[in-house]
Amino acid sequence: MRKFREFIIEKLILICGLASIFFVVLIFLFLTKEGLSVFKSVTPFNFLFGKSWYPISEPAQLGILPLIFGSLLVTLGAAIISIPIGVACAVYIAEIAPLKIKEALKAGIELLAAIPSVVLGFIGMVTLVPWIKSVFHLPTGLTALSGSIILAFMAMPTIVSIAEDALYSVPKSYKEGAFALGATHWQTIYRVLLPAASSGIVAAVMLGIGRVIGETMAVMMITGNAAVIPQSILVPVRTLTATIAAEMGEAVVGSEHYFALFAIGIVLFIMSFIINITADLFLHKRNR
Amino acid sequence: MHNPQRSQKIAFFLLFLATLLIVIPVGLIVVIIIQKGLPAINWQFLSDIPRQGMRAGGIFPAIIGTLYLVIGAIIFALPIGLLAAIYLSEYAKDNIINRIIRLAIVNLSGVPSVVYGLFGLALFVVFLKFGASILSGSLTLGIMILPIIITTSREALESVPQSFREVSLSLGASKWQTIRHIVLPNAIPGILTGTILGLGRAAGETAPILFTVAAFYLPRLPKSIFDQAMALPYHLYVISTQVPNVDEKVRYGTALVLLFLVLFMNLIAIIIRYNFRKKKKW
Repeated sequence: MRKFREFIIEKLILICGLASIFFVVLIFLFLTKEGLSVFKSVTPFNFLFGKSWYPISEPAQLGILPLIFGSLLVTLGAAIISIPIGVACAVYIAEIAPLKIKEALKAGIELLAAIPSVVLGFIGMVTLVPWIKSVFHLPTGLTALSGSIILAFMAMPTIVSIAEDALYSVPKSYKEGAFALGATHWQTIYRVLLPAASSGIVAAVMLGIGRVIGETMAVMMITGNAAVIPQSILVPVRTLTATIAAEMGEAVVGSEHYFALFAIGIVLFIMSFIINITADLFLHKRNR
Repeated sequence: MHNPQRSQKIAFFLLFLATLLIVIPVGLIVVIIIQKGLPAINWQFLSDIPRQGMRAGGIFPAIIGTLYLVIGAIIFALPIGLLAAIYLSEYAKDNIINRIIRLAIVNLSGVPSVVYGLFGLALFVVFLKFGASILSGSLTLGIMILPIIITTSREALESVPQSFREVSLSLGASKWQTIRHIVLPNAIPGILTGTILGLGRAAGETAPILFTVAAFYLPRLPKSIFDQAMALPYHLYVISTQVPNVDEKVRYGTALVLLFLVLFMNLIAIIIRYNFRKKKKW
């Protein structure tokens, strides 16, 4: 009897072990089930590279190029801000900060990671947006730049914690070797530690960027949501994620618009898939 | 000209500056929200329904809605996540299947939250006909936090020393008995930490509940799991962007309650982890 019970339990454990594969497949299946229908009315090429997104005009124009550009612009801005600051902070925490400050800083970074995106979006709306408007003398502060700045803060916890891990796992002997040869601490850091941890740092940056591309609420609240190809970083843009979040509420289930939003979901899913697999390869390389 | 000591000083100063660039804004965000939100917090705000088109009254239904969603998500995600973690740490061999599972977990944790929302809409709301309901929302959030629970529980299980298992097995206990009576009890603090972090994440997310459960305005409490519900993060989004002329105090107050809820859970997780590390016997 006990043997039978254990047999059942072990099978249950196996099934749950496979659950994550099951869910990834399920997500992909349901995205494609709804999303691929859009290609009855628009070719994949025109969908990806069409320059106008007017989903409810007649006939609907379903080109997501402006949205892709919106996402890329905001992400690029966030990357430019967050990568140097994030990596520098990781180096500071891993190498320079005294033990007590180190613990406090790590807790602070965890705190930042825990703040819900809608709260960051709200804070961005009430503080950053008016500031950007007045500094650059713009008609509106809801711009790609505002989005980039807030998103940089969402990418930093990921970048800092993974890069710090990578630096920490560099063998101590490397450092001792450099010291023994008379290198200063800083020379050791940028000539020995950073190169040794580089694949982990690349993974950290990629995962941080992955987080930024997928971020929805903050971006929707502060980038102004204009679905046109942006000419500068100081104009409103609309990202892929914000489009889904903002329009799905009004799209009729089974309509062309509804299918198109799912097709955007497929694009996002594939992007995050590629980013995560590549980042994982980089992390794995380090472990070998 | 080339002075290693001086360039080290400059470099370290710049690194310190970069750290401040992260820490100071985070501190400011928390301080601003507390300072401006605290005056809004009173018993009425926490226990009343929203009134005058959400410009006055309280946020009670949103708090309750979020609690229901979070509890629902954890009821779904904890058993599956824990068993999956047991599989990965105790049963899985280092083979191709294990590697695929690992990649699947990495991917699940990387899927954008709004894509979870789409998935929940397609599967639970439309295909399984649960409608926009607490059930659909909880299941969507549950799948979203699954990777967090699996990863942290797995780490907790793997940190139990191998010798514990060997002793138990050598005394004649079966594999499952060993897991149940030796490994699990020693891993509970770590599992608890992961669960609470998952709770905090589920409480703060908005995009996955947009189309699966969230009600714009529902001035009563949900009666069953097939009801729609208000939720704190969505409520904050609504009163900040969709409803004009909401008193700033109400917005900051809502942000404060949400922030407090999420940070409080994280704090508990940090405390449990800290105490556990201190008490660790091995």
